Order: sequence, then structure tokens, then C-alpha cells
Amino acid sequence: MTLATIVFWFFVVTAFASALGILLSRNVFKAALLLLACLLSVAALFVFSFAEFVAVTQIIIYGGGATVLIIFGIMLTSKLAGKPLEVKNGNVFSGTLMAIGMLFIISNSLYNGSVEPLSSEMKPAPIQKIGTELMTSFSLPFELAGILLLLALVAAGVFTSFLKEKKW
Amino acid sequence: MLLLGAALFSIGLAVIIIKKNTIMVLVGIELMLNASNLNLVAFNRLHPDNLDGQMFSVFVIIVAVCETAVGLAIVLRTYHYYQTSVPEEVNELKG
Repeated sequence: MTLATIVFWFFVVTAFASALGILLSRNVFKAALLLLACLLSVAALFVFSFAEFVAVTQIIIYGGGATVLIIFGIMLTSKLAGKPLEVKNGNVFSGTLMAIGMLFIISNSLYNGSVEPLSSEMKPAPIQKIGTELMTSFSLPFELAGILLLLALVAAGVFTSFLKEKKW
Repeated sequence: MLLLGAALFSIGLAVIIIKKNTIMVLVGIELMLNASNLNLVAFNRLHPDNLDGQMFSVFVIIVAVCETAVGLAIVLRTYHYYQTSVPEEVNELKG
């Protein structure tokens, strides 16, 4: 067992444990921090799959953007009410049953299905090739993503900018 | 790695169903999207010549962050109006 294998399994276990912690924790803020831990370990797993660009994007956008947004949302909603951040559980039985069923279906199809074992001899994709692909064969989704980001930005700003007014 | 993706997806589904808070539902959606990203990157290793899986996961990340921003704006808005963030208690469209 080489060092790389140990590090790989460490990140797998970290991602799984922090996701389980999100499910089990009752505090929203702790859940957001555990989400950050889970996202960063998944980014490390992306590096192990020769997807460095995706890993860097994940760290910048998720770790730097989405988690901060969620933490801001938690702070703003808790400030309005002044209540503690405890969250109740509901539908525990049906939720657990559905999750276990889904896990069983997916893992069953992974083991019995036609999924080939993942090769490890893949070359790391150079960033230059990703940039060329983004500008040539993926240019339409790239532009659409830009328009979508602009729309989401303006929509979120408009939604929250009338918070001071009582009627809307 | 694919099994981890399946496990993350199931945990995200359980979080969405079980937790009674809109922000926790958003966190569960993030977990599920992350699991799908993990699968996309892992299956891209089967076809090393093209980068479709990696590009697709980048676009999934972009759409996920848009969804989080708009979702949190809606959560703030409904919280201000209904003084709650439990999805079941928001039961009228116009008060």
C-alpha cells in the first residue's frame, strides 16, 4: 500500500464521515462547516482522478463561494428571529428507507452492471487543452453559463433588496 | 469512488427528506450535485481521450452555485415574510 493509496482512502473516509455528520448534526452552522469539509475532500479526490481543473474550480466556487453564501444565509435568518439554530427532524423513517433503497439500487447496479473498472493510466489533462475545448467545442454552454450567472446575480439582488419594505 | 458517489447521493437525499429547514435542504442538494460530479469525473477516466465529463462537471458546479444564490435569496425573502424557514409551514402564496 503506497502513500498515495493511504491519502486517497483518507479523503474518501473524510468525505463520507462529514456527509454523515451533516445528516446527524442538529446545528445548521455545524452542518455548513461539515459541508465545506466534504466539498474539500471531494476536491482532493478530483485531483486523484486527474481532474485538476475541476478540483480548483470546486475549491474556488464551492469552498469560497457557496459555503460562504450558506453561512451568510444562516446568519441572516438567525438574526431575524433571535432563536437558536437547532433544526428539527421529520419523516425520519421514510427518509432513511428511501436513502437506503437508493444506495442499494445504485450499488447493486454498480456491482452487477456493465461498469468497467476504472483505469489508472490516464494522462493528466493539460489546462491548455481544457481552455481550448472551452473556447471551441464548448463555447455555447460557456456563454450560456455566463448569462445564467448574470441572471442569478441580478435575481438574487432584486429578491433581497426589498427586504426593508414591509409590503411587496 | 463510484460507491462514495452513491453514498453521498443517498445521504443528500436523506438530508433533503429528513431535515426541517430550508437551508438544510439546500445543503442536501449540494451534496447530491457533488455526488453526480464525482461520478462524472470518475467515468471520464474510462474515456481518457476526451474531456466531456470534466467539462460537464464544471458546468454542473456553475449551475449549482447559481441555484444556491437564488435559493438563499428566496429563503431570506420567505423568512422575512413568514418568520419561519420550515418548508411545511409556508402554505399560502399571497398573504
